[in-house]
Amino acid sequence: MQKKDFGLLVLILVVGAVVAAINPRFLSPINIANTANLVGLFGIFSIGQAFVIMTAGIELSVGSMIALLGVIFVDLIANRGVPWPLALMLVIFLGLLMGMAHGLLITKLRLQPFVVTLCGLLIYRGVGRFYTKDATAGFPFGVSFPDLEFLTTGRTDFVSLLTGGNVQSIAFPHSFMFMLLLAGVMWVVLHRSVFGRHLFAVGKNEEAARYSGIRTHRVIIAAYVISAVLTSIAAIFLAMYTRSISPASHGNFYELYAIAAAVLGGFSLRGGEGSIIGVVLGTILLQVLQNLVNLLGIPSSLNFAVMGSVILLGVIIDQQFSLYRERRRTLEAARQIAAAKQPAE
Amino acid sequence: MSSFPPTTIGAENAPPFLRLIGMRKTYPGVLALAGFDLEVRPGEVIGLVGENGAGKSTVMKILGGVAEPDSGSIEIDGVGYNALTVGGAMRAGIAFVHQELNLFDNLDVAANVFIGREPSRFGPLHLVDARRQREAVRPLLERLGANFGPDASVARLSLAQQQLVEIAKALSLNSRLVILDEPTSSLPLAETEKLLEVISALKAQGIAVIFISHRLHEVVAACDRVVVLRDGRMAGTLVGDEIEHDRMVQLMVGRELKVAYVPPAATAGEVALAARGVRTGTYPFQDVSLELRKGEVLGLAGLVGAGRTEFARVLFGIDRRHGGVIELEGRPLTLASAADAVRDGIFLVPEDRKGSGLLLDFPICENISLPNLGAYARSSIVLQEAERAQAERSRAELAIRAPGVGTRTGSLSGGNQQKVVLAKWLAMRPKVMIFDEPTRGIDIGAKSEIYRLMRQLADAGVAVLMISSDMEEVIGVSDRVAVMHEGSISGILPREQATEENILRLAVGKAAA
Repeated sequence: MQKKDFGLLVLILVVGAVVAAINPRFLSPINIANTANLVGLFGIFSIGQAFVIMTAGIELSVGSMIALLGVIFVDLIANRGVPWPLALMLVIFLGLLMGMAHGLLITKLRLQPFVVTLCGLLIYRGVGRFYTKDATAGFPFGVSFPDLEFLTTGRTDFVSLLTGGNVQSIAFPHSFMFMLLLAGVMWVVLHRSVFGRHLFAVGKNEEAARYSGIRTHRVIIAAYVISAVLTSIAAIFLAMYTRSISPASHGNFYELYAIAAAVLGGFSLRGGEGSIIGVVLGTILLQVLQNLVNLLGIPSSLNFAVMGSVILLGVIIDQQFSLYRERRRTLEAARQIAAAKQPAE
Repeated sequence: MSSFPPTTIGAENAPPFLRLIGMRKTYPGVLALAGFDLEVRPGEVIGLVGENGAGKSTVMKILGGVAEPDSGSIEIDGVGYNALTVGGAMRAGIAFVHQELNLFDNLDVAANVFIGREPSRFGPLHLVDARRQREAVRPLLERLGANFGPDASVARLSLAQQQLVEIAKALSLNSRLVILDEPTSSLPLAETEKLLEVISALKAQGIAVIFISHRLHEVVAACDRVVVLRDGRMAGTLVGDEIEHDRMVQLMVGRELKVAYVPPAATAGEVALAARGVRTGTYPFQDVSLELRKGEVLGLAGLVGAGRTEFARVLFGIDRRHGGVIELEGRPLTLASAADAVRDGIFLVPEDRKGSGLLLDFPICENISLPNLGAYARSSIVLQEAERAQAERSRAELAIRAPGVGTRTGSLSGGNQQKVVLAKWLAMRPKVMIFDEPTRGIDIGAKSEIYRLMRQLADAGVAVLMISSDMEEVIGVSDRVAVMHEGSISGILPREQATEENILRLAVGKAAA
């Protein structure tokens, strides 16, 4: 765990402790389970966003993608009788194509990521609304998919399961568990794999990465594909969670939650910096803050204001810290160079 | 070009308003100026010539107030200074037109001339008085014979016209001395003639000009007096009829060579890399043909801007080639990207070490493993012990001085950083190694280590191509020297004929003696 991640963890614990002290309901099993569910849902696409931000890019179409893919998924299984595993694969494949398109436009046509994904945001939202004729997509009365629902919205109390129901603990939502599993896999991909190293290199200095023989375009495209695929998985989880999707508002601003989580988690929008643990912790902090607004009786209209202030504060503190570290490093380097020269003379 | 007879309005009789006396300047490991004198009189056109690294740019930096001389003094209108500041140089009336123009191409001509000191109106509102600005610029452009107005958009102007904007800026500052740094190196011939006319217009108005150029025939055409720099000293001054191409070359050469040549262990083998008619984006109508043999160090000399780096970038697959064939061991290569070149065993140590050669924020070991990360991985997972083990081997082999292989590469000295770049490629199996200015900004100790490594590589059968603007280095290290001039090879010299004079003649586009 990096120092930065540790700092964020401490911050979460401090905020959690304060909230719990004021309102003990914060630690009630049901509140923890509900918050964990949201952390799971938002975490999935935030991890995706993190890969894009690593390349110094940005993905603004997350929320619209979630709305469009959500209505398509619901329509396929509820109205068109497509078996859900097939529909799931179709939706993920669609997401993959979108990510591929973004990546190709950004690398091969050299368009700016902001512009490409902003257009994605507008296009997917529009297509989603057109797809349902602006109506709400939902499941007809009596239609249910027990397997799919168990996988996506189910909750399992492991302690209870192991003790045969004698001891009750918290029933953790499957979305959260999936997100943890995903984070584990993506941690290996980003921090241990060849691709991950290339991603750091491309994000830090694309020119130097190219001069090292890395196929930088492929790396960047892969980042957008990863982001889009994770977003489409999140779209399915969210569709099953909300059960009805009004395409004009579903997923609004979700890209901003993802970007905020990554920035809180130590990612730099200039690329080449950040960790998976960081973005997961960032997601947790955002959800705890939302929860805090509800539990402390702060008017919910202030929700975004609270989130914005905390992020701003966090970024300022982090900035000051790294300036301090930078200064120390420069001094250290100067000392080393001076020391290296000594014996030569 | 003979249409610009050197007139002598005030050039000889007027007293100098600017004097450099005994300028001395050292940079770590380099003596840039070793006691240089210069006098500038009103209305005089002075040519400043010399090889790369002779000290021209240091003179410029001192005049611009960017560099502080170690000793010597600067006299302006009889007042002596130890060093100039940027503001002081401006107040003294010294203006620069750099090779890279400093214009805002999103603004019009008048706005560029008045940038930072716009005439304002409506008092506290400080709105730009665009009309007054335009009216002030119009006569300046007329004095220079410009064929565009003050409201022209800079983005639409040709390079030569943009230079005129810079000169107009100098005029608007009431400059007495305009320094033109390689103003013609990127101009087509017709525009060059126009610029020479502008120089005589400045002269006629009593403004002194220092003209820095590698194109000696232009120096002959434009200058009243030529100062030749060599090794940071004045090698000679030529006045009037003495200004001749050959005399300038004679004065430029003749420096002391300190790098000792080490002969190869065996004669060069078969051709490793062959370029046939290769064209680059910078010189799409010139082509380069060159054969590089196994076991040799081929020096690639030429003036800055001759297209050497661009050629290297094409060989390494960074830039697309605009024509021609590149063969490795007789097999034609596609080279769509650097990844292709790396796969084929063609490696480049780039000119810009910090920007392209290394990831400064990465530790040493991760920089070394980066081009070949797959070799340090099992089922796509990087084995950090394998990476570190290789880095430790490289560190011992190349004597990289660092606290450890986990040290951030950016904290190393220039020489050690360059060794890390080398280590990247030596950890793989090079067939062709291209070095672009391998020892620029590196201390002397590390320099000779890098020369030794180059020779070792060649003796191990690698074909080495070394681009260098350092004459000492080219002559002291290469087995053969190819010289480029304006986008193509102007000659290839075997070691016995690779004298400074021959290289320089080829570099400026003349035949070797």
